[in-house]
Order: sequence, then C-alpha cells, then structure tokens
Amino acid sequence: MQKVNVPGSLTAEDRDRMAQVGIDLAMTSRCGSYLQLNQDVAHATCSESGIEVMSIADALERYPELEKNYWKVVSRDKDDMTKHVAAQKEPRGYVIIGRKGSKNILPIQACLYLGKEQIQSVHNIIIAEEDAELHIVSGCASARHVGKGGAHYGISEFYVGKNAKISFTMIHTWGEEIEVYPRSAALLEEGATFLSNYVCMQPVKKVQMYPTATLAGERSVARFSSVVIASPGSSMDLGSRAILAAKGASAELITRAITRGGTIISRGEIQGKVDGTRGHLECKGLILKDGLIHAIPEIHGEVVGTELSHEAAVGKIAQEEIEYLMARGLSEEEATATIIRGFLDVKIQGLPDALQQQIDAAIDTAESGY
Amino acid sequence: MLDVKDLHVEVGGKKILHDINLQIGEGETHVLMGPNGSGKSTLLMTIMGFSGFTVTQGSIRFKGKDVTGLPVNERAKMGMGIMFQRPPTISGLKLGKLLTAASGETKEEIETYAKAVNMERFLERDINKGFSGGEIKRSEILQLSVQHPDFVMLDEPESGVDLENISLIGTTIGKLLDKDKHIVHRKKSGLIITHTGFILDYIDTNQGHMMCDGMIKCHGAAREMLKEIRERGYKECMECRK
Repeated sequence: MQKVNVPGSLTAEDRDRMAQVGIDLAMTSRCGSYLQLNQDVAHATCSESGIEVMSIADALERYPELEKNYWKVVSRDKDDMTKHVAAQKEPRGYVIIGRKGSKNILPIQACLYLGKEQIQSVHNIIIAEEDAELHIVSGCASARHVGKGGAHYGISEFYVGKNAKISFTMIHTWGEEIEVYPRSAALLEEGATFLSNYVCMQPVKKVQMYPTATLAGERSVARFSSVVIASPGSSMDLGSRAILAAKGASAELITRAITRGGTIISRGEIQGKVDGTRGHLECKGLILKDGLIHAIPEIHGEVVGTELSHEAAVGKIAQEEIEYLMARGLSEEEATATIIRGFLDVKIQGLPDALQQQIDAAIDTAESGY
Repeated sequence: MLDVKDLHVEVGGKKILHDINLQIGEGETHVLMGPNGSGKSTLLMTIMGFSGFTVTQGSIRFKGKDVTGLPVNERAKMGMGIMFQRPPTISGLKLGKLLTAASGETKEEIETYAKAVNMERFLERDINKGFSGGEIKRSEILQLSVQHPDFVMLDEPESGVDLENISLIGTTIGKLLDKDKHIVHRKKSGLIITHTGFILDYIDTNQGHMMCDGMIKCHGAAREMLKEIRERGYKECMECRK
C-alpha cells in the first residue's frame, strides 16, 4: 500500500490530531487517501480497482461530464458559506467516484487539516455508480495553535446510484476558536443506501450544518447518526433532513448529544412526500452540567401511507443507574463514565468493522473528565 | 461477617426500620421473611449503602469495620454483593461491558461464567433492556459470580423465574455461598429475602428472621418459620408483641 505523501512541515502533534480523527497515514487499513492542508492538496490516490480519488480541480479537468454533479444538490447561492466557496478561483476538495459495481472494504480516508488562521474551503463530490459501495472516513482537524479566524467551509455533494451504497463517517477535532460550516446534500436513486455518521467529542467554537438527503429512488434508505459532546464555549447547531420522495423509501435520524457546558441545537426533519414511506427521528440528550440542549424534531407528512415518528428526550443520568454500577464495585466517576459511554454507543448497521472501530475510538477520546 | 446493631432507617423522611439487630457469621446464610412492605428490601438497600436510605441511629459493621457511612462501591470492594429485584435498564451499556468493568476478567473467562447461567447470548445486549423476569435474575447472578462477594444479599431470587430455571438459579446461588463446599470450609455468607421458600430447596440455611412493620420480630429455623406462614399466614406475626 502506498503511504500517504506527507509534507515535511507536518509535526508530531499534527499527526496525532490526524490520528484522532481516523486518519491512518501509514495506510495500514485504508485503500485510498485524500489529504489537504489548508488550501494545498498534498495527496490523492486510491489503490482499489474501479474507485478513483482525486482533487476536484483534476477531476473537473479530466471528466467534463462531472459538471452535472457540480453545485447541483447544494446550490452556489444557498448562503454566505456556499457563496464563499463558489467564489474561489481554484476549487479545492476531492472527488471520489466508485465506478459501476466497485466496492471498497478498507475505507478511503479524506483528511482536511487546518494549520493556520484562515478559511479552509473545500468542495467534495462523492459518486457511487450503480451497484457500487463506497466507505469513506472524513477526518477534519486543526492544529492546536490555530486560533481566532480559523474556519472550515465544506461543500459535499453525494450521488448514490441505483442499488449503490455510500457510508460517510465524519470525525471532527477542531479548536476552541474555530468555526465550521459543512454544507452537504445527497441524492439517492432506486435501492440506494446512504449512511452518514458524525462524531465530535472535542471543543469547537461553532459548528452549524443541516445536511439533506433526497430519497428520489424507490426503496432507498438514508440513515444519519450523530454523536456529539459540547464543551463550555462550544456551540453546535446540528440537523439532518430526509425527504422521502419515492415509494418504499425510509430514513432514520439518530442523535446522541451531551453537554458539559456548551450549547447544542439538535434539529431534524423528515418529509413524507409519497405513500409507502417510513421515517423515524430520535434525539437523546444528557445535560451533565450547565449547558443547553434544544431539540427540534420535525416530521412532515403530506400523504396517506407515510409513517413518521419522532422521539426526543433530554435529561440527566439517573442516580439509580450510577449506584447500580457502584454496587458492582465501580467508583462514582467510573460508573458515570461507563453509563455515558453506553449512552453514546450507537451501532451503525452496514458499516465496515474498521469504521465502527474508528467511531468507537473517537468517542473514547472523550472518556475522561465528565 | 455482618453485625447490624440498633439500626433505625428513614426513607424520604419516613421512619421505616426500627431497632434492627442482626448478626450473620462467616459461612452462614440467613433468611429474611415478612409481609410485603414490612421493610425487608429497605434493610438490604441500607446495608449496601444506597442513597435515600438514611441511617438515623445504630450501626452496620462488616468484617469488623464500621461501614455505616461508606459509599456503595467501598462496601462492594470490601466484599458485599447484592442481587437487585428490579434493576434499572441502562441504554447502550452492554452486559458484557459491565462484567468486564466490574471484574477485570478476560472476555473468555466472562463467557465461561455467562455460559454457566445460559447468558452468553446476552453479553452484547443492553443491560436489562427487554430482559424477562428470569433473564434479569440470571443476569444479576452472573454479575455477582464475576464479583465474587463474600457476603451476598438476594432479594426474592426466585420471583418471576419459571420452574426450569429455578434449579439453575438455586444451584448457582448455592455455589456463590460455598454450599458445594464442606461446612468447615464455607466462608461465604448470605442474606436472602424469600416469600415462597422455593430457593431453600437448593440452599441450606442457618437462621430465619421475621420482619413486620420495620422490626425484626423473631428468629428461628427458616424452614419451620416458612411452614408456619404457609399454614397460618402473617396474621399472628403481625399481632405478636413478644
């Protein structure tokens, strides 16, 4: 396996931060990589046959037909962030294409690393053609020293073809002064599956996103899972939306949110546009100390035969649960941490082991200091 | 092993237990009987040290040390164990994970313990979530098995358990209490709440205690006392002013 071409400027700390968000520079369990430092593309390769990983600039030049996927599910003038990215003279970001029937078992990794106080702008396009299966881990991080003025604007457009599958696991480790605005949308064809996972256990000044999946094909499936902890000073406004627009389409939106002093707004919306569709939205929140959790689950049914439900709960850890574990010999702190780890444990069906392990490891980084 | 002296306990400001005296020696198993609401579970919860059970007078000594003010986990570390009658469900926490956290045993060892009580299929399940009455009991016994307590408190171990499982639960509890060992080598002690006495078919006991209205009214041979209750009910015990 070809190792990631790492610029000499990368420090040990940078490598640590990257490892925390699932980036394996030695490529022991990855089949492809994209590495972007600030606005510089450092690396883009993939060894799996039928799967291409390239920078968006290269891709647009090599494949003129990509124009039909460029600024299509996310519009250029959606907001200030999309406008900013659209105004870049040289687009940055990556394109991953899984050609018809291709499949990767070892995930592809995309690392977007911010090393200075600037706006990192990224535009990604991920396409799984008919019967293709793509598993991607997107690790976004910043160097510890990056302060005020550091920001990340990321556009991601997903196209999941007939009977194709994309799993996209995004892990964030930013800093206390950094603002992050992902802008993502997915279009699903017949029988397509889209799994979107988000993990953020570390402080960030602000994250705001509301990815949307349009399930335009019959029997398509979308599943969004978010696991987040908001530290003091962090503000997270997170949502996900599924538009069920074809018969048999189904969606599940799951959030586990913990605040230990920060603010979390957990939004979610499922629209049932045609009959024979199902959707469920679930947000569970724990307030450990101070902080705020505001859950806004919305379900919107337009026809007979769409089944939508939501469940939202915000609370604290029950003393009874803590003492139950203490009766088995765990200290109060150990019991609390064990319960919280369980609370955050979202097992995602259809995810390769390597990615589930990565999610588990990312969640484990927050295990101390509740 | 356990020495409860002149114990008075309040729950939510209400006096529940009065003047409880109870001594359990090493290797002994005692039975606690009494009508519903008489304070039996309160006594077990107080001995274990759960919050909400306030000792207003008296003391609890365990292995010669006063534990009246100790937190639950310190008592557990000293060798106390309790089987919950209605344990909480903890979403996301797998039974196997709790067993590892509580015992430090390897995955293989835990599987062996789990197999002994037919719980190996439950290790990856959220603890107590959707467990039947019998499964909860087996899960509780499994947790105690990896904990190796020297003193075990069991709150109605046979309730909700079908006839097939009761012998499994009975013999496993027997092992927890060293009942498979010769009486002179028996080190483990127990305190069991039972209404039916079914569990006594599997566990030899030393003494029974009758609790009414938050007081221990009398002591005697457990089987004989149960026989009396079966035949005459609790009425005479309630009225007894001995």
